[in-house]
Amino acid sequence: MERLLAANAWAVFAFFYLPILVLIVLSFNENRNVNIWTGFSTRWYGEILDNADVLRALRNSLVVAGVSTVCSTALGTAAALAVERFRFRGRRLFDGLLYLPIIIPDVTMAVMMLLFFVQALDLVNGLLGTRLNLGLATISLSHIAFNISFVAVVVRARLGQLDPAIEEAAADLYAGRWQVFRRVTLPLILPGVLGGALLALTLSLDDVVITSFVSGPGSTTLPVYVFGLVRRGVTPLINAVSTVMLLGSMLLVGLSLMVQRRPATLGGGNR
Amino acid sequence: MGDASPEAAAAKAEAMRGFLISLPSYLYLVLFFAVPFVIVLVYSFASRSSTGRTVLGDWNLVSYKRLFDPLVAQIAFRSLWLALATTLLCLVVAYPFAYFIATRTPRVRNALLILVMIPFWSNFLVRTYAWRVLLGSDGPVSQITQVLGLGETRLLFTVWAILIGLVYGFLPFMVLPLYAAIERMDWSLVEAARDLYASGWTAFRKVTWPLTTPGVIAGSILVFIPALGAYVTPAILGGARTVLLGDYIVDQFLAARNWPYGSALSVALMTVMLFATFVYFRAGGRNL
Repeated sequence: MERLLAANAWAVFAFFYLPILVLIVLSFNENRNVNIWTGFSTRWYGEILDNADVLRALRNSLVVAGVSTVCSTALGTAAALAVERFRFRGRRLFDGLLYLPIIIPDVTMAVMMLLFFVQALDLVNGLLGTRLNLGLATISLSHIAFNISFVAVVVRARLGQLDPAIEEAAADLYAGRWQVFRRVTLPLILPGVLGGALLALTLSLDDVVITSFVSGPGSTTLPVYVFGLVRRGVTPLINAVSTVMLLGSMLLVGLSLMVQRRPATLGGGNR
Repeated sequence: MGDASPEAAAAKAEAMRGFLISLPSYLYLVLFFAVPFVIVLVYSFASRSSTGRTVLGDWNLVSYKRLFDPLVAQIAFRSLWLALATTLLCLVVAYPFAYFIATRTPRVRNALLILVMIPFWSNFLVRTYAWRVLLGSDGPVSQITQVLGLGETRLLFTVWAILIGLVYGFLPFMVLPLYAAIERMDWSLVEAARDLYASGWTAFRKVTWPLTTPGVIAGSILVFIPALGAYVTPAILGGARTVLLGDYIVDQFLAARNWPYGSALSVALMTVMLFATFVYFRAGGRNL
């Protein structure tokens, strides 16, 4: 039995890693045809640096990911604190609303965002006489909308582990509400907040469907740009860009393991 | 009297504080999630002009009637069985896998978990693309089967390629909740069952499995829902004859320009999802 379990485990790890490894190896193939190995070369990485479209898409991705991560971390942490630590009217409704963006499939979220922004931009342009269009702003706003929930889930998991006695002790020692939060609660939940931020960053850098619905001309992000290329076929350039994106993801995993220290669950830490 | 007492006043102030803290994100989600949801609902009853523009007015059920097209039934059925097959395959593979990890020593366990986290966090598009490379007609898999004398593999652009891609993409979503459930389990209960002469299988069926069902349900929901609405995977690994709900909906917006119909499809998909989640929460699950 033990042997079977071990065999299955190694098979799963092979399944997880072999495709990625093949992709990485092929990205160093000198040949224009991906499947004919003619020698080791880094020429495709050089081509990335010469490709203005890829670089612009990368810049767009980083801008959107940065903005949406900062905003959604602040909003998501506040949301987690509110539902986890307070009783107020409308709390249950808020709790439900907070879960929905996680449950809903990308495609439907994308449809919602597109129709909303088409209507909203119509309204705003009509009222103010502006000519605002879909672009980096609408992409960022959409990413914040789904990231708030993911940050909130991660921070809530951390808050749930927290012993309320610690906060009560601080309050007994005449610390004000803000002091308790600033000096006790926040430092203790910080790994959760950072973990949530990194998850938000990852999700923002990963998103294809929602972004492609709410992006305008010139505001393509890297995954959307790559997705467009991929649909046309396999090229060595995509292999190289993909490898760079994988390295980026792995960097984020490393960071998130460092901040959370206990890599127990997707939220970090045990309950 | 209630309002006069200091406790009640304090409680009221506390509730106000909680409400105020939630307010920014509350408003954000109402504006950028609840309102968009309502707009989609409204669009699904709208009509479409001959040029493909959406006419808000002249409300009707045409889009919903189209949901009963045989074509839609075919696409929905294909999506449904693919999502179910993905969930089942993930479960069958991930359960013993998570069990194996959970029963290692803490040091090994943490190392193995990191190895699970890496694909979980890795870019989904890139991971799907890797299979496009692997399964291509002259790709590595085909080259291997040809060397083995099995001939060319022609999996790309079939439902089987999509199935592989979905399992590959969503397997980590199944592993992590299962692992959490198995790791949390009280092992003394299994030992007690064994002491009472339950066979290994009986102990598993009567003790381990029931204790870990919350993890099974959580993992299944986390795999089933994105698999049912998948778009990237069928777009990259599927072909013209393997259209799924996800790419069918996207087509209504980016290609066919039939927004009311696309909205109606989205509403239908959301209804199924919400129902599935409702069942999950009724089954007692809490951890997402």
